[in-house]
Amino acid sequence: MDHLHEILGFATLLPLGSFVVILLTGGRMAKPIAAGWIALSAIVGAAACSFLSLFLWCSAHFPRTVDHHHGAAAHADMAHADMAHADMGHATSEPGDAHAAGHGGTDSHGDRNASGLHANGPPHVTGDYWTLGRFGRLEVTIGYYIDGLTVLMFCMVTFIASCIHVYAMGYMHDEEHEIEDHEVTLSDGRHLHRPGRFPRFFQYLSLFCFSMLGLVLAGNIAMVFVFWELVGICSYFLIGFYIERKSASNAANKAFIVNRVGDFGFIIGLLALWSSLGTFSFGDMEHEDGTVRAGIFSQLRPDEGGRVLRVPDSMVVSSARAEVAQVIRELGANPAQADIDRRIAESLPAWRESTGWMGAPHGYWLLIIGGLGIFCGCVGKSAQFPLHVWLPDAMEGPTPVSALVHSATMVAAGVYLVGRFYPVFTPEVLWVIALIGCITLFLAATIALTATDIKRVLAYSTVSQLGYMMLALGVGGWLAGMMHLITHAFFKSLLFMCSGSVIHAVHTNEMTAMGGLRRKMPITATTMLVGCLAIAGAGIPFFVGFSGYYSKDKILEQAFSFMQSNGGGWGTVFFGFAAGGAALTAFYMFRMWYMTFAGKPRDHHRHDHAHESPSQMTGPLVVLSVLALCVAWGPQDAFRFAGIAAVVWVVLWLRWLASGDEQGRAILRTLGGAIVGVAVAGAVWSFVPLTLENLLEQARPAGTLPESAAVLSSAVWPSEPDSHAYAIPITLLAFGTAAAGFLLATAMYGWGTMNPDEVRRQFGVVYRFLRNKWWFDELYDWVFVRPTHVVARLAARFDKRCIDAFIDGTATVTRVFSRTWDRIADRTLVDGLVNLTAGWTHSIGLALRSAQTGQLRQYVVFVVIGVISIFVLLSFYWNPTLAG
Amino acid sequence: MNPLAYPVTVSHYLAVGAVLFVAGIICMAVKRNALGVLMGVELVLNGANVNFVAFGSRVLRDESLGLDGHVFALFVIVLAAAEAAVALAIALNYYNNHSTIDVDQADELKG
Repeated sequence: MDHLHEILGFATLLPLGSFVVILLTGGRMAKPIAAGWIALSAIVGAAACSFLSLFLWCSAHFPRTVDHHHGAAAHADMAHADMAHADMGHATSEPGDAHAAGHGGTDSHGDRNASGLHANGPPHVTGDYWTLGRFGRLEVTIGYYIDGLTVLMFCMVTFIASCIHVYAMGYMHDEEHEIEDHEVTLSDGRHLHRPGRFPRFFQYLSLFCFSMLGLVLAGNIAMVFVFWELVGICSYFLIGFYIERKSASNAANKAFIVNRVGDFGFIIGLLALWSSLGTFSFGDMEHEDGTVRAGIFSQLRPDEGGRVLRVPDSMVVSSARAEVAQVIRELGANPAQADIDRRIAESLPAWRESTGWMGAPHGYWLLIIGGLGIFCGCVGKSAQFPLHVWLPDAMEGPTPVSALVHSATMVAAGVYLVGRFYPVFTPEVLWVIALIGCITLFLAATIALTATDIKRVLAYSTVSQLGYMMLALGVGGWLAGMMHLITHAFFKSLLFMCSGSVIHAVHTNEMTAMGGLRRKMPITATTMLVGCLAIAGAGIPFFVGFSGYYSKDKILEQAFSFMQSNGGGWGTVFFGFAAGGAALTAFYMFRMWYMTFAGKPRDHHRHDHAHESPSQMTGPLVVLSVLALCVAWGPQDAFRFAGIAAVVWVVLWLRWLASGDEQGRAILRTLGGAIVGVAVAGAVWSFVPLTLENLLEQARPAGTLPESAAVLSSAVWPSEPDSHAYAIPITLLAFGTAAAGFLLATAMYGWGTMNPDEVRRQFGVVYRFLRNKWWFDELYDWVFVRPTHVVARLAARFDKRCIDAFIDGTATVTRVFSRTWDRIADRTLVDGLVNLTAGWTHSIGLALRSAQTGQLRQYVVFVVIGVISIFVLLSFYWNPTLAG
Repeated sequence: MNPLAYPVTVSHYLAVGAVLFVAGIICMAVKRNALGVLMGVELVLNGANVNFVAFGSRVLRDESLGLDGHVFALFVIVLAAAEAAVALAIALNYYNNHSTIDVDQADELKG
């Protein structure tokens, strides 16, 4: 347990190591496949570390089983009961002592916090690996914050990433050698030939995994921001992997720029929190000198207030600036700092009570701004309305990347961060989150109805499901949102890899060219059906279901509970859209499945060449489909599933008795073994009741359990376990909506009782509206891109007319000046001097020339005369003393 | 006083050297024949040689072996021989080209 942070840190660094190794050796590898093996072994190693840490975590903090049967009011004193329970468990430790040790340090505190419902917050381990620097109040560290959610996210990310690595080694095999890109036509009309980029792909994939793991592990906001941006840049690299394609480079740019918009808000929120709280770290940090510095969570939800969200003193002070100035003025000239602090502390309670703008207490707006800013970053990353436009375009990347971006990394980062920052959000911010989520889920679901590109259908379904998660978080369903994040990661990666398998077989994304592929690719068809059932939330009500059945029901329950608590109002809108969205989800997913796998082939040429993908690709599909089925199960669900399967087995057996062929016997035997296996697993499981729900409930942020009320409005956020009171109607409703969507899809695309073309004609306006994606791209084009172009053109004109003219003028003046100066100084003065010297030399030379007659005898006379004259001169002027 | 009875001193040698030197100079200055000029050069060199030998005699110095002047004279003789060889070769070549060795006509290097 003490080594948890080391294990997880190692798991984070493994993909980074793989990135560096491939970066340095990738170009020189004799076989590019080696890069794939390096990246795969790194991520599998990380997965092993993650599951080891999950084991260690559970052995130290085994999650308590959530009680579904307590009434709406029963949980009010739950915190009390837990406290008693904890004290019994640790009879020797003083309550105060345990309390103080409950935060900070790398020390963990056993079963004391074993329940997620505990008032002191979830059990966690926090600390710093490394302090990068201290600049006054600013302390930048590489820290970690590990709780149940962190461990769970590690397992999810590394597991899915491992599956995707295996899959990608099959999917990307074209890139191992020289490749001809048929989608790029050069100016001479030929297609682009380029060397394969297999190592580069895996290099980016490793970096992507490293960034995501670092983000999950991060112990402070500064680190979150760094990894946040790393995730962004990795998605940029990978979306633009086929960089020669114009559409790919545009999509990469779009993703990057749209995310910058969100990150701008993120950094504002981050600074709002830092400037008022003075710390980046989530949890309480113990310093070397033994002092404990309160982290963001415990500053906003202090222990003494029962972990209820409270505006911290520092925010009150920074808001009540006028009052602080007044205090200082009253103290006269040069007041001592201690006096000021004392006076401020005295008047703080009064300021806290007094209200500021729009009736909110002092500092409350700062809290809202911080929360909204952080959510703004999440809107960008998780592709929420109005920044959802980048995600569908991100389909330009290779399909394994889409699978990774859409499930485990990029978009999950946003929802994860909302979950991580949950204690920071005021009810007002939660309301905004719910509204954005609600708009997004409906918008994206409607667009997915008409999309014909198989990957785009999935992309919009991702946006829609992310909207569900945000909605759940916004209406107070932390558990529901996080659970949907995990289950969605599994079935969405499965769906994307299935679509990749289909694209690999038919070499097109258009569903209008598919159809009837079920017989050609049975494994892909079956696993994709599992994925569709999971995302639609299929299940037998009150009995057993796919993973989506559990998480989606939780979301709907919480939305309904929110509606009930507030007596309709916005709650009705939220719930209505969520329930309607469930029907849309089922419709568009099965529409996709039918168009791809059922019916008659629409394009016989492609159909004839289609084939099942290699086992490298189908293997991960099978593994993920099993998880998409059972990731949210509890032990009794395994039994129930085994029961259903046993009934099916008996039916099959009876049919076999009638026919009695050999193949049937083998199938029956395998099936029987599997059923017994599931039942045994359920039996073992009931001894170790470790379920996704319990693990998440344990990680629930402190103080988010009780009912909370908004300050600026009268809305109330109900406690999440209360929502279980509505389980029966909601489960039936969810089943009904999903079934309605499924039946409609089957009627239109399966049985053919309704002709899709006629429906399309009937609703022509709506169809065009949805087909054009609500004209969002056009809207943004008109609202942002064109004005930008106009401004840019004006700026360019200003540049040319004014700045260029100014510079040209300067240049002309300089030229005229230099020409004049050249005439005056250079030509006259300098040249004159030089020419004069030359002239003198010349004339002297001419004069001396006449002496050189060429007459030998004359020279002799000259020599003699010269020697004699030197002699004479010397005898007159020679000073013998000088000669030494 | 019989001048012949005077002992021969360095001055006498120097006088002979000076006469030789001046004779050589005059010869160089007035002869138009290149061979005559060369002869003048020889006279000048030998005038200098007489001086060297005179200054190298024991009369002037006795602390050393006293052969400095003689060695110099030998050097000059060797140089004179070499110079004469070169100069005669020049004269011969000039004659071959111009059919004369009149130095007054050999003024092609004038400025």
